[in-house]
Amino acid sequence: MNKFRLVMIATLVATFLFVGCNQQGKDSSGALASSAAEKVYVAPGEHDDFYAFISGGFSGQLSVYGLPSGRLFKVIPVFSQDAEKAWGYNEETKPMLNTSHGFVPWDDSHHPDISQTNGELDGRFVFINGNNTPRIAKIDLSVFETTEIIEIPNSAGNHSSAFVTENTEYVVAGTRFSVPIPQRDMPINEYKGNFQGSLSFISVDPEDGGMDLSFQILMPGFDYDLAHPGRGASHGWMFFSTYNSEESHSLMEVNASQNDKDFIAAVNWKKAEEYINEGKFKTMPANYAHNVYDEETHTATSTMKKEVRVLDASELPGLVYLLPTPKSPHGCDVNPTGEYIVGNGKLSSDLTVHSFAKMIDAIESEKFDGEAYGIPILSFEDVLAGTVKQAGLGPLHTEFDGQGNGYTTFFISSEVVKWKVGTWEVVDRQPCYYSVGHLMIPGGNSRKPYGKYVVAMNKITKDRYLPTGPEVTQSAQLYDISGEKMELLLDFPTVGEPHYAAGIPADLIKERSKKIYSLEENKHKYATTSDANVRVERNGNEVHIYMTMIRSHFNPDNIEGIKVGDKVYFHVTNLEQDYDVPHGVSMIGANTSELLIMPGQTETFVWEPKQVGVWPFYCTDFCSALHQEMQGYVRVSPANSDLELSWSLGED
Amino acid sequence: MKKKARILMFAGALLPLLLFVFPLWKITLEAPQYPTPLGMFIYINDFADANPHDIKNINLMNHYVGMKYIPEAIPEFKIFPAGIIITTILGLLIAWKANYKWYLYWFILMILLSSAGLYDFYLWEHDYGHDLDPKAIMKFTNPDGSVMGFQPPLFGTKDILNFTAHSYPQLGAFSLGLGMACSFVGYLLVRKENKKQ
Repeated sequence: MNKFRLVMIATLVATFLFVGCNQQGKDSSGALASSAAEKVYVAPGEHDDFYAFISGGFSGQLSVYGLPSGRLFKVIPVFSQDAEKAWGYNEETKPMLNTSHGFVPWDDSHHPDISQTNGELDGRFVFINGNNTPRIAKIDLSVFETTEIIEIPNSAGNHSSAFVTENTEYVVAGTRFSVPIPQRDMPINEYKGNFQGSLSFISVDPEDGGMDLSFQILMPGFDYDLAHPGRGASHGWMFFSTYNSEESHSLMEVNASQNDKDFIAAVNWKKAEEYINEGKFKTMPANYAHNVYDEETHTATSTMKKEVRVLDASELPGLVYLLPTPKSPHGCDVNPTGEYIVGNGKLSSDLTVHSFAKMIDAIESEKFDGEAYGIPILSFEDVLAGTVKQAGLGPLHTEFDGQGNGYTTFFISSEVVKWKVGTWEVVDRQPCYYSVGHLMIPGGNSRKPYGKYVVAMNKITKDRYLPTGPEVTQSAQLYDISGEKMELLLDFPTVGEPHYAAGIPADLIKERSKKIYSLEENKHKYATTSDANVRVERNGNEVHIYMTMIRSHFNPDNIEGIKVGDKVYFHVTNLEQDYDVPHGVSMIGANTSELLIMPGQTETFVWEPKQVGVWPFYCTDFCSALHQEMQGYVRVSPANSDLELSWSLGED
Repeated sequence: MKKKARILMFAGALLPLLLFVFPLWKITLEAPQYPTPLGMFIYINDFADANPHDIKNINLMNHYVGMKYIPEAIPEFKIFPAGIIITTILGLLIAWKANYKWYLYWFILMILLSSAGLYDFYLWEHDYGHDLDPKAIMKFTNPDGSVMGFQPPLFGTKDILNFTAHSYPQLGAFSLGLGMACSFVGYLLVRKENKKQ
């Protein structure tokens, strides 16, 4: 009996020990977690090492985060109206959202890409695509504002965008949905052979960054999904993944998934330039908006462009080659040397890697395996460099760390997989929470990646954060990739659905970040750069108020002689010339947003008073100790009143 | 030795001319909201921003407590340069022609004039810090109930409300001081030699 007891006790103790060990195991992951905390901790007042520009997806914007902390600094309004910053609400920025379809207050922003010089990030601009109403926007990183938006004609679902070439010669925008080009009234079921895709090359002025739609390449009616530029040896080429080489138009999830292989389209844009120079383009009538924000006038203008130069890939030899790539490839990624082009076949468990050198060999020896609409198809075996086998389920995107490793996201198996470029062996895998889409290594799609972190951007969050009703936060995850094994450091929420992102060392940007706008350089048509010029002018029922603001008053702050039915323009100039002293202004009942005006800047809102009375306006940004006193009144008289305009500040 | 002293007197007379190139004084205002402090250089003929727009921003701060704007120009901007030019010419004449004892007289003259200048500067500062707008937005009193002034220190460091003010001479002032020292050393050298003889 005693012996039995002893055995029982021994067993129990052993069990406890075992459990204890197990728990210790869990505790040690707790210890790991605390070291992860140290790795992402940026002490108060300290700065992050990297900027991360994370697309806002269906928010239409671009958000700016710090890495490794995951702190959100700014949401840059791009394609969607933003009442906080008056983007698309004030008179100055309304033209930025103009399109051939009129004013479009929203878009779906997907793929930011930072400008490059010699294949390395230069930190001047971020480009990002509007997916829904095809547009490309340019954000100037000296001011972190959208300064140019160009609409893309002959396009729909502007998805394989906005990727820059090695010296930012072009921003490239490919159409996801093929459409009739030019648009016309025709039966949908005559898609095959009639619908076309277009690949647009938008030149970027090396001096001022000005964008111009240089030319478009007309392509077969596939879906052009993603793209990345060649670099190094493959500079001069652009690679686009395609799906729906079936050219189906309905129940696409089935009908566009029938071919075992679709293509990566290799586009020789240097050749395209030759054809353009030789005049082998057609000039097509078009109608698209080109919107430019001028930093000195603080005002945007929208110009409608009426034609576009078009090259037909079916007719021009050497312009495009098709590389067979299995299973409806999604991401199309090029390694830092430019030799390898990864096709992430999203319905596959393997990754296909093409070799640029082998592609050139096959082209030079004219080893073609058929053609599609006159475009040569290369043989799969001839261009294949290798396959990362059984790496996961549903590969989507790949980035590189500059140490010879690729990192690929797998949507279905919800993980990031690290593999070796050249041997194609899997080195490590880490789960994502959940269903990761894009990933980003700062500079991970350039000649010079900064392979310290990878950010995984997830499509599903479920239970990772405190619940907020049916709609939960969007999320990204940060991994340390400086060691052999990846280590999950941080979850952080994002704005809208993050598609792609672009990261860059903070030092490449922060010194150039502008602090104020110079009042002396303010060329706004309605600027009031000194109190001597403050005035109110009437022109029929249009009233223009030339107003200034400085701590802590408006000038004028009492205005009389406004009448019901007037259209009142508040042109407000912030006279401050000190860092981080914006003022805001809003008028009771104005059918628009506030203005948030940076030092030295002028902005305008319109107020159409509908009721007689004395109506206040005030500063909306807590600017100073006397912010609460920063307010004023406008007297509104009946429409038939003959009260003259008058204005004052500080008078009894 | 007399030659050496004469060279010193020449140098001493010329050195104050550097006041036309380098600032005389600098006042710096530090506060938590100003990670880059506000600063003003005082030249003999100008007030200048340490960083762009600093004076405008100092004025903006100061208007809360009713201080006047720092003027674009003050009479001293005409008087001081004239004084420097006259004393330099005088010094050069002395170096060229005069007996070494005049080195001492020039030195004493410069001491007197500089002290007068500093006193004038103090008076301006005092006025600037105490002649407050009766409609000042914020009024502060000292523990004894008197109206608090906001005079920056003439020399040194002082806390004024949320600001820490520093006031120190700059290269121009050092040039002036060095020039004066030269004349005095010149005088001493000759005197020493004369005594030996």
